[in-house]
Amino acid sequence: MPKVSALNMPDVPMGQLPPHLELQRTRVSCDKDAPTHTENVQSAGAYTSVGVDNSLCLDQFRKNFRVTVVRLTEDDMEFDMIGIDPSIANAFRRILISEVPTMAIEKVLIKNSTTLVQDEVLAHRLGLIPIKADPRLFEYTSENDNPNEKNEKNTIVFKLHAKCKRGEPRLPVKSDQLKWLPGGSEFKVEKPSGPDSTPETSPQNKYTNFSCNQDSMPQFANNPIVPKHPDIIISKLGPGQEIELEAHAVKGMGKTHAKWSPVSTAWYRMLPEVVLLQDIEDELAEELVKKCPAKVFDIEDLGKGKKKATVARPRSCTLCRECIREENWEKRVSLRRVKDHFIFTIESSGALPPEELFTEAVKILEEKCERVIAELS
Amino acid sequence: MEVPNNLQIDKQFLASPIKKSVDKFQLLPEFLKVRGLVKQHLDSYNYFVNTEIKKIIRANSLIQSSIDPETYIRYTNVKIGDPSIEIDHSVDNLTPHRCRLSDTTYAAPILVDITYTKGLKERREIKQKVNVIIGRMPVMLRSRRCVLTGKDEAELARLGECPLDPGGYFIVKGTEKVILIQEQLSKNRIIIETDKKGHLVASVTSSTEATKSKTVILMDKEKIFLQLNAFPKPVPIMVVMKAMGIESDQEVVQMVGRDPRYAALLLPSIQECATENIFNQQQALEYLDNKVKKFAFSNVNQEGRALSILRDVFLANVPVREQNFRPKCIYAAVMLRRMMDAILNKDAIDDKDYVGNKRLELSGQLISLLFEDLFKTMNGEVKKQMDLALTKNLARSFDNSNYLTRDSITQGLERALSTGNWDLKRFKMHRKGMTQVLARLSFIASVGHMTKVSPQFEKSRKVSGPRALQPSQWGMLCPCDTPEGEACGLVKNLALMTHVTTDEEEGPLISLCHSLGVEGLELLSAEELHTPNSFLVIFNGLILGKHRQPQRFASNMRKLRRAGKIGEFVSVYVNDKQRCVYIASDGGRVCRPLVIADKGISRIKEHHMQEMRDGVRTFNDFLREGLIEYLDVNEQNNALIALYEGEPKEHITHIEIEPFTILGVCAGLIPFPHHNQSPRNTYQCAMGKQAMGNIAYNQLSRMDSLLYLLVYPQRPLLTTRTIELVGYDKLGAGQNATVAVMSYSGYDIEDAIVMNKSSLDRGFGRCIVLKKSVAILQKYGNNTQDRIRRPDRKGVDHHKMKVLDEDGIAAPGEIIRPYDIYVNKEVPMNTKDNSQNIQFKPSYQTYKGAKGERAVIDRVALSSDVNNNLCIKFQIRHTRRPEVGDKFSSRHGQKGVCGTIVQQEDFPFSERGICPDLIMNPHGFPSRMTIGKMIELLGGKAGVSCGRFHYGSAFGEPSGHADTVEAISKTLVEKGFSYNGKDFLYSGITGSPLQAYIFMGPIYYQKLKHMVLDKMHARGRGPRVMLTRQPTEGRSRDGGLRLGEMERDCLIAYGASMLIYERLMISSDPFEVQVCRVCGLLGYYNHKLKTGICSSCKNGENISKMKLPYACKLLFQELQSMNIVPRLKLTEA
Repeated sequence: MPKVSALNMPDVPMGQLPPHLELQRTRVSCDKDAPTHTENVQSAGAYTSVGVDNSLCLDQFRKNFRVTVVRLTEDDMEFDMIGIDPSIANAFRRILISEVPTMAIEKVLIKNSTTLVQDEVLAHRLGLIPIKADPRLFEYTSENDNPNEKNEKNTIVFKLHAKCKRGEPRLPVKSDQLKWLPGGSEFKVEKPSGPDSTPETSPQNKYTNFSCNQDSMPQFANNPIVPKHPDIIISKLGPGQEIELEAHAVKGMGKTHAKWSPVSTAWYRMLPEVVLLQDIEDELAEELVKKCPAKVFDIEDLGKGKKKATVARPRSCTLCRECIREENWEKRVSLRRVKDHFIFTIESSGALPPEELFTEAVKILEEKCERVIAELS
Repeated sequence: MEVPNNLQIDKQFLASPIKKSVDKFQLLPEFLKVRGLVKQHLDSYNYFVNTEIKKIIRANSLIQSSIDPETYIRYTNVKIGDPSIEIDHSVDNLTPHRCRLSDTTYAAPILVDITYTKGLKERREIKQKVNVIIGRMPVMLRSRRCVLTGKDEAELARLGECPLDPGGYFIVKGTEKVILIQEQLSKNRIIIETDKKGHLVASVTSSTEATKSKTVILMDKEKIFLQLNAFPKPVPIMVVMKAMGIESDQEVVQMVGRDPRYAALLLPSIQECATENIFNQQQALEYLDNKVKKFAFSNVNQEGRALSILRDVFLANVPVREQNFRPKCIYAAVMLRRMMDAILNKDAIDDKDYVGNKRLELSGQLISLLFEDLFKTMNGEVKKQMDLALTKNLARSFDNSNYLTRDSITQGLERALSTGNWDLKRFKMHRKGMTQVLARLSFIASVGHMTKVSPQFEKSRKVSGPRALQPSQWGMLCPCDTPEGEACGLVKNLALMTHVTTDEEEGPLISLCHSLGVEGLELLSAEELHTPNSFLVIFNGLILGKHRQPQRFASNMRKLRRAGKIGEFVSVYVNDKQRCVYIASDGGRVCRPLVIADKGISRIKEHHMQEMRDGVRTFNDFLREGLIEYLDVNEQNNALIALYEGEPKEHITHIEIEPFTILGVCAGLIPFPHHNQSPRNTYQCAMGKQAMGNIAYNQLSRMDSLLYLLVYPQRPLLTTRTIELVGYDKLGAGQNATVAVMSYSGYDIEDAIVMNKSSLDRGFGRCIVLKKSVAILQKYGNNTQDRIRRPDRKGVDHHKMKVLDEDGIAAPGEIIRPYDIYVNKEVPMNTKDNSQNIQFKPSYQTYKGAKGERAVIDRVALSSDVNNNLCIKFQIRHTRRPEVGDKFSSRHGQKGVCGTIVQQEDFPFSERGICPDLIMNPHGFPSRMTIGKMIELLGGKAGVSCGRFHYGSAFGEPSGHADTVEAISKTLVEKGFSYNGKDFLYSGITGSPLQAYIFMGPIYYQKLKHMVLDKMHARGRGPRVMLTRQPTEGRSRDGGLRLGEMERDCLIAYGASMLIYERLMISSDPFEVQVCRVCGLLGYYNHKLKTGICSSCKNGENISKMKLPYACKLLFQELQSMNIVPRLKLTEA
């Protein structure tokens, strides 16, 4: 008998993974009790024994990578990102939430507030109001709180003056009453009067140091800065109450405070894949269609009164697992997630349109990569 | 076959049960509408103000001079006026809120009408005065006399009052005081128990207006004795019976009962009596006269004392009219019989913890005692003054009425209320801690405080009996709400529907009983007392007589009660075992309303409920028409109460209104409490009172010394009916947090929770702490006064005066930092004599807060205090966001601190993009078994997805006041969630899906008042105590951290001697001493000679320097001062 190597297995196809491994590599299987095979196989040599090279190849990536936009409105966007590793998709998500800068109110100078809302709370509420201003047109302010460094390039000043006259009903103060002051702060710095006090005209007397009016700058000329939503209730004024304040918005990032996050949220989900492991016919088919609240399944009429269940809308699967909840159904239906297909959703909070947010995120990631490369070389 | 449409029969309709049970829940809000949450307090106080005070005045209406009996003052009427205060002889009406802010007492004048004599002898005239003020009575809020009664929401708002505030408390000197409900054993009832020595005893604590006494009949060595405080030793009962005129032994036996077993038990006592040669009343009284307690210094004739003791002290609650001792004899015989029953059958021993044997004393009763005492004292004072004036005979225009003062009553009431000490010598009452400052930490805390029942006996006793849950508490006292620790089970809380009765007129009821066929005692011979076919009728502990048809009598009484002919709180209870009918109309019994059912069919029909929904029927109508009645604990024993309608039993007499009313206010907040392990509900009851939230609608206009508020409080997504009834949905104390139950980061062990930073940024758990500080401008004897100066903007301390306005007082809205001066006060340097040119020195008041804390002056109020000094109150506000170490809790007794705060992008997220607000470790569940929390999560999740508040009332599933898990799961599935509430989550860190489905959804979380900022403390160097020179103790004094004896023991065991030396001496109180090697005493260091000198040897030759703890040196000196000489023996080291 000729000696045969143990590795010589003619029935095992070389250069290709056996189907069960391939399934584990590319799909998360969502079983009844827990999802399995959620992690990605990263190592290039994970499948060398079966002759498969698992290394990431840029050309391959270029060929396979696709982005299709599913939905795009003013504030939100859904798009598919296919052929990418979850870690990179997640990086985009993380950057969107915490590292894409926006403008948000950071300093509030309260001249008078007789509302029930406490000053700190009022300032906090103002901070969370999204402002429709392109953060790319602004610079970051320095850490220290020097009025000289607050100029037209890094600060937006709003004014809020609302008063409820005596005898009038309660007055809600909404975000549209925040008025943009393109010329910077109008409040004067109260200095203790003394001989060394600076003359009135000096810029030292103001809380900002604008060299020109912001509305004279071309980028704002036809595009005034306003809060994104006009109807956010800031406070309610009772008769005789008044608010007079100035709010200074600066550029910042979501990781410092959530108010600078440009998205309400950004997230992805992996593409659902629903596979019928057996032919499901007649009553069972109807039962299956009835089970699913997301209407994933349809019935196909085979003629002769025979019916068969088909997977019509796998994308709408919410993973409620109703279809596999009952006994014996797990062997008929398999719920999976495609590991390299991401349905990405961005809900912009309003400073930038969602598609631009994403490109910003890509730019930031690029910058980071370059920084790493620069550090390494 | 086709059936014509109109003939088609809906078979399903026909097959369905004929009538569905009526939803009686609507009764509850109606009940609470007429009753409020604290009706027991209000009723009690109203009863006092309307009835009791008149009785007291009537009983003590005459002040007569003992010198000239023709001189007198007679009270003819009394009433309480409107709450007002007299300032500089002008009367000003008071509102509660004004009192809170200006530190005054919310009180109303006590107005009396008097007739009195004026002038002396011939010129004496009889005069009348109306509305003489004899004092000021503190007014209970929302009581009949309070300005807030009957006001609607807008009017209340105008008065600065919160419409949800239940009232029931007092305002004394600006602080809100609650008189706790006192629980005690019922008075005037026979109680069979075993005493400390194991004897069976029958005891009665008698309490009448005149006397209080305790009568005990006990059996010792087969003989029966009477124990009374007036007799130093127990006296034989047979002698007592003979002394009361029952000379025939046979009659005694007949009175006790003809059963030979009773006679056998009585025989030794009869024999003893015979051996003592006592056969008639005279002999018995003589015998007893000798036994009476002798007073050391009195030569009062002892003769006849025994009879008066038997008349006035022995069973004082049984009245003796015209020397007729027969009722007393019968009462004693009944006691004997009950005791013998207990001897023959141990089951007949009474349970002291049985709620039916308890009475609750409420504010009205307590104040009435206090008032009676003070009133009598005042009358005595007036009499004394009257006599004084008459003996001196100086008063020409002698006017009695001028002696009526108002201060003693006012101050007595005020003092008792503000200290909580009831010291009434007249009633032998010395109780402490009767009042407490109303807890205003959260709305629930204040409501819960009003339902608190505190016990009479001391708490340290290690007995389990009174602490255990009593089955008779059902529906009356909350089974969950009790504190942990030493007061566990002793301090209780009333259930939602409990009512506490007030006294009711006895006379009419007694005559009614007689006309319903009760045979009076006078008509009965001893033999007839216990005839087998008759029952004794006992009214408020008094034997009225017997009735031959007890059931008929009871049902007649009940019929009259249901018809409203007698008070609705009169209880009729047939005790078959004791063959007695008990009728009670006394105050302090707990009772609750129940729906009356005839043979299991509810009297309340759908049309009744419909009428109520339409608003034409109130709860009182139900009561008046006999659809609902109040049952007390005893009468419940005669009733068979069904939980729900439609239970197929014949004998059902009553139906519960709603099962969840067995819980109190605090436990009512818990969703699905019936799914939780019982102690968890108890823990939540304690924690709900520490949760921050809204306190009242007027919270921002109050000036409490400490106030915790939540910035964005929410109403719970998963509510209960109780929450809606008490108004917790309007004054919530928590927020609905999306919780993921998973482990994350390791900072969540031991119940810690992981919080989402973005949630905190957006306002989750943010709270406001308001602290009050007061500055008083004192007035001094030499006409000087503290003053406030305009701040010196260029002075030494100008940087500390930034928050000051030009008037020297801090301006509201200014940011105040530690050591900032908030009032620029100056005090006079000389407060003794009246010299001119008094110098002032600054006495700043500075803000003491944690370093780096950024607080704001919220409000400044100027008022005058009790002594008419100017008083400036500052409210300083600090807004805090949650930080690591802050304490949070769900509503299921699951508390935990914040373990770490994590960026949102690191948090897991669901397929819908939902990111949890906090992560809780799943290990919190298995040992705690809080299934209710899991259902809350499910229900909350279903609630947010379908837009309907879900309910989780206790035991509410059958009646539809709680959503079932099945229904909730169905909603979840409809909305695309898994039926079990578990979601498919992606890791925020790696981006891959998590390897488990995560149980995620909203849970109502409470932020508790314990925050690290108030607790964290460390010190390197700092202040020391003067006396011992050791570091101070406690955070408030910036104290050191003590290395205690146990820690020291560890170090000793380890041999770390240098460390011990360093900790206990170097870092504590090192002191250098000069020790004389000869005499071993401590010397001193002479700085001139630069040597140590021993003061006892008078030289400096043998002096050594050494180090000693200062405390040790102190000890030596203290010992020396006691003539003990400690000597140090030094050796070379």
